[in-house]
This record gives sequence, structure tokens and C-alpha cells, in this order.
Amino acid sequence: MKLVSWFRGEAFQRGVHPPECKLTAKMPIRRLPFPPRVIVPLSQHIGKPPRPIVKVGEEVVRGQPIAKAEDWLSVPHHAPVTGVVEFIGLKPGQRGPWVESIVIRAHPGATQEDLWGQPRDLAQASAQDILQAVWDAGLVGLGGAAFPTHAKLSVPKQAKVHTLVVNGCECEPYLTCDHRVMVEQADDLIAGIRYAMRATGAVRAIVGIEDNKRDARDALRAAIARAGEIPEGEIHAELVPTKYPQGSEKMLIMALFGVEIPAGGLPVSLGMVVNNVGTLAALGRLLPQGRGLTERVVTVTGPGVARPGNYLVPLGTPLRWVLDFAGTPQEDFEVVLGGPMMGQAAASLEVPITKGISGVLVLPSAELARRESGKTYPCIKCGECVESCPMGLNPSMLGMLAAKREYDLMGSHYHLGECFECGCCSYVCPSNIPLVQQFRVAKQILREKALAAR
Amino acid sequence: MSLEIRSAPHIKAHRSVETIMRHVVYSLLPICAFYVFQYGLSALASLAVVTAACLATERFFVKTGTQAGDISDYSAVITGLLLALSLPPGFPLWMGAVAGFAAIALGKALFGGIGCNVFNPALVGRAFAQAAFPQAIATYTPSFLPGRFYEMVPTSMTLPFMQPASVIDWLKAKQLDALAGATPLAKWKFEGVLAGAEELITSLSGHMAVGPSPALILLCGAYLALRRFLDWRIPAAILGSAGLTAWLLFALSPERFPNPFFMLFSGGLILGAVYMATDMATSPVTPKGMWVYGALIGLLTVIIRYYSGLPEGVMYAILLANAATPLIEKITQPTPFGKSRFALLGRARKGASYPLHPGYISREEAHAVTPKKRLFAHKPKAEARKKSNEARD
Repeated sequence: MKLVSWFRGEAFQRGVHPPECKLTAKMPIRRLPFPPRVIVPLSQHIGKPPRPIVKVGEEVVRGQPIAKAEDWLSVPHHAPVTGVVEFIGLKPGQRGPWVESIVIRAHPGATQEDLWGQPRDLAQASAQDILQAVWDAGLVGLGGAAFPTHAKLSVPKQAKVHTLVVNGCECEPYLTCDHRVMVEQADDLIAGIRYAMRATGAVRAIVGIEDNKRDARDALRAAIARAGEIPEGEIHAELVPTKYPQGSEKMLIMALFGVEIPAGGLPVSLGMVVNNVGTLAALGRLLPQGRGLTERVVTVTGPGVARPGNYLVPLGTPLRWVLDFAGTPQEDFEVVLGGPMMGQAAASLEVPITKGISGVLVLPSAELARRESGKTYPCIKCGECVESCPMGLNPSMLGMLAAKREYDLMGSHYHLGECFECGCCSYVCPSNIPLVQQFRVAKQILREKALAAR
Repeated sequence: MSLEIRSAPHIKAHRSVETIMRHVVYSLLPICAFYVFQYGLSALASLAVVTAACLATERFFVKTGTQAGDISDYSAVITGLLLALSLPPGFPLWMGAVAGFAAIALGKALFGGIGCNVFNPALVGRAFAQAAFPQAIATYTPSFLPGRFYEMVPTSMTLPFMQPASVIDWLKAKQLDALAGATPLAKWKFEGVLAGAEELITSLSGHMAVGPSPALILLCGAYLALRRFLDWRIPAAILGSAGLTAWLLFALSPERFPNPFFMLFSGGLILGAVYMATDMATSPVTPKGMWVYGALIGLLTVIIRYYSGLPEGVMYAILLANAATPLIEKITQPTPFGKSRFALLGRARKGASYPLHPGYISREEAHAVTPKKRLFAHKPKAEARKKSNEARD
């Protein structure tokens, strides 16, 4: 396998090749009907939740701000539908616990046009203005991590950014929303890249696309040509080898530039800022119109879905509505929010689509049972996990330490902190040891210990 | 209808422990078949009895809850087959059964079953047999005897707790030299007779007490390595290190030491390197550690063979390296991403096609010339050097 990788010129070491299963790669983005009720959780991103600025019973129009950010690491929310605020309080959340949410009942007769927002000219805007506009749009990373975009685009004082890396890898199996965005919204994406370049002061932008999406690369190149001369610098669309987890920013930078981001460092230490294509396409569309983020593209797919596709879903749409539209199996199934490698299983169908959900994957239980070999063995030290860990850790050792609850040793001697939970080790483990789950527990315990020590 | 909740990743690769073990058994089958073809009925009986003993022992310990795992994971079959292959074909069957029992009981169940064992169970069994039955384990019979498919070597059917009859008379009755039954290694060690290369590699020439054919083992091992059921680094390191050590000694005094080729292909080195040292549970998981482990085995094998009273050293070399495995792993932990030399220096890896800093040219841009890979990446080209010299002048 290594030899094959060498011939293909794969740039980051290790990693895995799960079956791609991109069932919806050729399906154009379609709009999902508006649900009768949307649930907008206040905390849809990393950082502090914003404060609601509407009251129960208030009429809102689509696009109107309904929650205001009060902290730098926080973003405002906008009403996804025109309707009446029905309830503000606890509702089932994506991660399990109930979270503070705003429920809006949609007006059945409303046209659901975007009625809020003033078109504006950003041709002369300064970097600061653009950052403010991004913040006002409520943008977070649409790739899954949901980190506030304005925080990501603002460069620390002592650093200088020369390159904007745009992440179009979409290395997770099944997911195709970024792919479709690149193909269908290439012009928005180019516009977004140019705003982001101005905001960060980057002189070039490189879109990294996995080589199973050549049409996306071609669409982007065509859009670059259409955009004519690009005054700020250069925008390139590049293919990188298809391999999981290519979409991790460290791996993508490794593939493009052959540099390792030092452990504990951010890409900005090398003068780079990484953003997802979906985020930048939304940015390019929303900024000139002065609007907020009210919908996103979600790939609804999996062996259990009758009508898979890439849907433009209003934020806050309950999963049940999405799945009723796409068609769910009759028997038991699992709903994964995100991709199959890193996504979380939903505990309830009342959970709403939030800004960070890129896919809804339905896996019937029968299918899951058929796929797994079932039995769990002790670690036979085959070394498959060591050969697949993109971060160069020793998951076999970490797993044995986790079983013995030696969490401190894992953190201090075996670099547990470097693990970003890509799931490659669990994916390959022939003994069916839930390695990455053990690491999540270990990291959580170490975090709690660190908190307690403070 | 209800929702199922699992932790990520929600998909799994198809490989399981059972698959790995099953494929190792598959790859051992041709070797066993050839072994039976060489030695006939006794070999077949030995394979069957030893494997059955291993399986029965495994069954017992799994049932009594002493050991983890399952009889259906095929690992006991591997132990049994390997143990039988490493014993002389005419080894008394009752002794084989005892060795099989010792292999699983002392080598595996004692430590907690599959994955927990410190030493390769097959070699533990063989070491036990070597200590308990030194006479029987040194008694080899020649291969390709006429009538091997109709009669057994008389030692095979020795009654339990009895010493086997001598095979010398039996061989004499067949008009064969008693010494034909010695292994090539023993012949060299005690008589100074070197076997030819061709005989060693194929094991096809008759009347020589050689084990399973090295060529066949390498072929089956290559299949496993290609399917990634064993790590190619370990056999490569063992053979490389053994070959290198033997070659160095041979270069020092050719009259005292045999040529490295003989060293590599005689005795159980190939079987040990491909099948026994690569036992996953007892070898290091770290890639660097595999090289160290293999090198250690190769070195120890040659040293034991040359400087000890034993003709064969593979078994003890592997057992010693097994014992050293946790230590080797400790000093050869992989370097995490972002902590390597390149990351600390902030330098791009050699061969990366894109410069870190702007001035970037797209790989497929028109007229773009792909930079040729050069042997010394940091040495400036002649013209560039000339140009910079001119500039300086």
C-alpha cells in the first residue's frame, strides 16, 4: 500500500482509503421545502452562544437577526423563516443534552424570500470592514468544525498571512455538498475567496481539491477565467490525492506545500489561513447582499435513504422533516450528522440542522450489523493503526494505556493531545477495539483534570 | 423503528482478526503439502496430531475461561502447524502432542490468550520439546525416502512415555547412511560438510534431512506480505542482518565460516523469519522497532549457530527478541506529525512540488516544467552556480 502511495505521489504519510460511496456527486443542489417550525439552537459553533434579541410572539422575517453576539468568539443568528417566535428555551441538541433554542413557527402563506439585508458595495471596504461584515453574516466554518469565520480570518498582529488555502477536499465518504458547491457556485466561491484574501492580506489563494472531483476543479478554473484579471493576486485550483483525512488542514497543507505545521501550532504560524469552500461560497454570496446565513447545503445520503441528494436546507429544520422528505427505511437505523468517519449519531429526530452539519447519513441497523465482523478481540498488535494514523501516533499503545486508565501517561508520553479523532485507527482495527472513542474519553478526562487543577 | 446510536467512525474496514489468521493458515497449506510430499505419512501424522493437541488445549482454556479469544480465530491452528513444521518429521507423536499442549498452555493461555502472549507459542512449544526430548528432536530422517507414503518412520509411533527406537537400524535396512539423516546445519557444524545452494533452496534433491522448502516459504510469505497480513519489514530485516553478519564473518575467514548463502537457506531461518518472528502479538508494532527487532534476530541467529554448542539458533534468537520487544517498542515510538525534524526547522520536505512562499506556479499551468528530482536536492545546478558566480563578480 505504501508503494502504491509512493507511485501516486501521496503527500501526507499514512491515512486510510475508505470506500468513497459518493452517491450524490452528480445530483444538483435542490431546495428543501420549508418546515412548519424551525428550531435555532443558540450554540451552533465553537465559542460562547449569542444572546436572543427577539421575544416570544414576535414576528420575524427571513434573514432578520434573532440573536446577537456579545463575545468575540461568537456569531449572531438570523431567522431562517418568516414567521412568529413561538418558544425560547431548551430543545434537544445535536450532542445529546438539551440546549437553549429559539423556535419559530413559519407563516404558511409567506413567500420565504430573503427580506432583510441591504446590498452594499465592498469594492473600497477595508479589511476591518470585511471582517465586520463576515461577523454580521453569522458565518462559521461550514465544513463541520463550526469555528467562527471572522475569528479565523482575522490575523494576529504579530503574524503575516501570504496564502489563503481553501479546503475543497471533502475526504469523508458519502458527503458531496462541498463538491456540488464548487461545481454550482464557483462564481460565489471566487468572490468569497477574494473577500477573504482582502480580509487576511493574502496574496495568493489555493483551492485544494481531492482528485476524485475533477469536474469541481474544472468548474473552478472556468470561474477563475470568467472572473478575468484578479487584482489581488492569484487563485489556483489544485488537485491533491484522494485519501482520508486529506481534509484536515494539517494534511492539506502537507499535501500542497510539503510542510508540517509544528505540533500545537496553527497554519497562521506558517503564514496560511485555511477555510472551507462552503464557507467562502456563502461568504461570497452573502456579503454583497448584506445578508445573514439562513440556509446551507446538506448532503442527505446513505444506504437507508430513498431519495438521496444535496439539499439546500433552512437552518433549524428538524431532522425528521429532512428525513421524511428524503425517505427513511422502515426498520431501525442510525442517523449520522456529518460524515461516517467523524460524524456524530443523532439521539433524536427532533434535532435541528445547524450551521456545522454538512451531511445527514442514514445507515440501517441491518446494514451496520452486516458490515461489522462483530467480535471484539484483545489487541493483537498487528500495527495496522500505527500504519494508518495520519498524526504518527501509536494508537495501539494508547489503546492499551486507555484500557488501564493511564490517561496521564497517554497525555505526557504518547502525544494524546495531537490526536484529532479522525477515526482511522478504529476504522482499520481488526480486533474491533473502539480506539478513537477511548481517546475521546481520555482527552475529556485530561481536560477535566486540567480544569480542576486550575 | 428506533434510532441506533454509535460512536464514530460508523464504517469499518473489512479485515478482522479471524480474517488475518485464516489467511495465514491458507498460506501455510502449500508448505504443509510440500512437507508431506517430502516426508510422507509421518509428516502428515505429526501435523495432524500436533495441531489437534493445540486446538484441544486452546478449547480447554477458552472453555474454562482462563484465556481470551475463541477457537474459531484460527490462531491455534497456526501455532500447531508451525510447531509441527519445526519439529523433525519422525518426531514421536506423543511427544508432539505434549509439545502442542505446552505451546498453548505455557506460551499462550498462561499470559491470557490471543494478543497477550509475550513469546511465540509455537517456539515455546518447540523450546519445551528441545529441553524435554533432546534426543528425539535431534533425530532427523532423510526426505524423499522410497515408500514414505506407505510406512511411517518407526519413531513416530513410539508408545507414550517410552523412548523412541533408534532410526539408524531402520535406515540401514534401507541401505542408507545413518548420517543422511542429519540436517545440513548439523552436518556443517559437526562434520564440516557444506550443502549445495540448489538443494537448500528447493529441498527437492532427495535423501537430505531438510525442512520445508525455503523457496516455497518465501513465496507464501510474499503472498501474505502483499496482502498485508504480515509486515515485510521483519523478514527483510532478519534476512538482511543474518546475511550481513554471516558475510562479514565469511569475509574475515572463509575457511572457518560457511558462506552467507548457506547461512540464510539452511535450517529454520526462512521459516522463522517469515512465519515465526512475524507473529503480530510478539513483535513490535512500530515500524522502526520492526527493523531493530529483525536485525536483533538475524544477528543472534548467526552468533548462536557459530559460537554455541547448538547447530540451530533461530528459535532462541526469536524468543530472546520476543522478550526484548517491549523495550524495543519503548525506544522506537513513532514521531508524531508536527514534531519531526522538518516541522521543527520549519522546512518543506524534499520533493514537495510547491514552494511554501508565494511565487507559486501551478503544477498544470501551461508550459510549466516539472522540476526534475535530483539526487542531491540542495546542490545548486552547474548553470545556477555559474550564474551566481557571475553575479558576484
